[in-house]
Amino acid sequence: MDQVIQVSYLLASVSFILGLKYLSSPETASRGMLLSQGGMFIAVVGTLLNHGVVSYGLIMSGVLIGAALGALMATKVKMTDMPQMVALLNGFGGLASALVGGAEFFRSQANLTAYPMVTISLTILIGMVTLTGSLIAFFKLQELMSGTPVVFPLQHGINALLFFSTLVMIGYLAFTPAATPVFWALVGVASLLGILVVIPIGGGDMPVVISLLNSYSGMAAAASGFILNNNVLIISGSLVGSAGIILSQLMCKAMNRSLTNVLFGGFGQVEAASAPSAPAPAGEAEAKPATPEPQPEVRSGTPQEAADFFKKAKTVIIVPGYGMAVAQAQHTVKDLAERLQKQGTEVRYAIHPVAGRMPGHMNVLLAEANVPYDLLIDMDEINDDFEDTDVSLVIGANDVVNPAADTDPKSPIYGMPILHVDRSKLVMVLKRSMKPGFAGIENELFFKPNTMMVFGDAKGTIEKMAEALK
Amino acid sequence: MLIFSITLFVLATVLGYELISKVPALLHTPLMSGANAISGITLVGAVLAAGSGESGISTILGLFAVIFATINVVGGFMVTRRMLKMFKKGTK
Repeated sequence: MDQVIQVSYLLASVSFILGLKYLSSPETASRGMLLSQGGMFIAVVGTLLNHGVVSYGLIMSGVLIGAALGALMATKVKMTDMPQMVALLNGFGGLASALVGGAEFFRSQANLTAYPMVTISLTILIGMVTLTGSLIAFFKLQELMSGTPVVFPLQHGINALLFFSTLVMIGYLAFTPAATPVFWALVGVASLLGILVVIPIGGGDMPVVISLLNSYSGMAAAASGFILNNNVLIISGSLVGSAGIILSQLMCKAMNRSLTNVLFGGFGQVEAASAPSAPAPAGEAEAKPATPEPQPEVRSGTPQEAADFFKKAKTVIIVPGYGMAVAQAQHTVKDLAERLQKQGTEVRYAIHPVAGRMPGHMNVLLAEANVPYDLLIDMDEINDDFEDTDVSLVIGANDVVNPAADTDPKSPIYGMPILHVDRSKLVMVLKRSMKPGFAGIENELFFKPNTMMVFGDAKGTIEKMAEALK
Repeated sequence: MLIFSITLFVLATVLGYELISKVPALLHTPLMSGANAISGITLVGAVLAAGSGESGISTILGLFAVIFATINVVGGFMVTRRMLKMFKKGTK
């Protein structure tokens, strides 16, 4: 029987590997996930055959409750709310692993040796940090909590001290597993650490945080595999762990930050560095030595005027940002694009890797609006095409199109790769007001002679543009 | 036993890195939710913990582990497939 179980684990591991491989193309991705789903089923059925498993009723009721809740979440969630959903799922994954660690602790506390005790402690540490960190990310994304960074003095010192104390507790427990209060203290401090690590991180940095927590949830599963000596847990957990790491790296690269900078609390420093520049008077920010022109003027236009430019345009690139998600404007954007295509204009979409609140956020929203995915072009592939573009339409994006990233070494976002919309013949920027983006920096793009600001709610503005194109 | 587990851990991490580097930015959100569903494999550990037939705190913790891991598995796979269904190629 034991061999049957091991074979089921092998099949599951292979199905996960293939599932991830099939994600390399949108044409095979669905098939891959179906395969992984089957693998998961086989692994669970295999586990039920284990002679140590006797309380089928209890397991079934747990599975039914979980399946009902999971299905409800998956069918009800709006595509714009996907970052919150993923944050929550990350957290639940971490919690489940921590609970497995806790169950193992209380089941075998009397005869635990150092090695299993250390693996249990590590599972608890990673699992609880993932849970509370993800909950904070969820609260911020759901706007139950302010998205602005929460910073206080000695923050990094306190975090380092807390982390060090978890290591001390893990060391202590390794030799005295009977010390139940220390175990609970570990649970408590790990939970606190998760909260403190995520609260200083601002809304615009969420793509990195979510990727990292995704990685942690995988590592927590892998750690629980070390407790149980269970291969499928180790393999799948590590696969997910590296998925999260890669995404975090990509997101960091797209924001010109290093992963170590992120892992060791670099966000706090960056926020601290950019915070004083945020409340600085706008006039001062304009008085840059590079641009000595007096009082740059903002050119603004109505949606009707904008439509006149669209009528003449041969090529249009649409640049969506988080503002499009907030305004739920993806369907209206698609309507506008269809009008343009009908008059013979070529329309494509330029996707910055950190546009939105999670990796791939914009792609999912536009796919939901039935935009064919071959029109969604990554930054590196489309950046050279802006020069030959008649109109770039920036919808609710700000820092990812700020030319200061290229030109102003003093800017907090200097060095961040951006979409070069300013090179196109005309840039239309849809914005509610002149308020700066999340980094709190002025955007000189708004003052360029080839830029036209169209103020107002993105959805309403685009509807009016599409109307005028009829 | 430990060295065997570490070997698996390292190999799977390297393999995961290779596989996931090939996932296009287009599919990064489904990748995250799909990876999430896969990390719900901790359900296997949860079933072992909840099903031992003993009573007491470890079984209760195990039951909650089963619930949360199942949310991850079912919610993760369902939402991933819901997203993937939306990705369509242009008709040209």
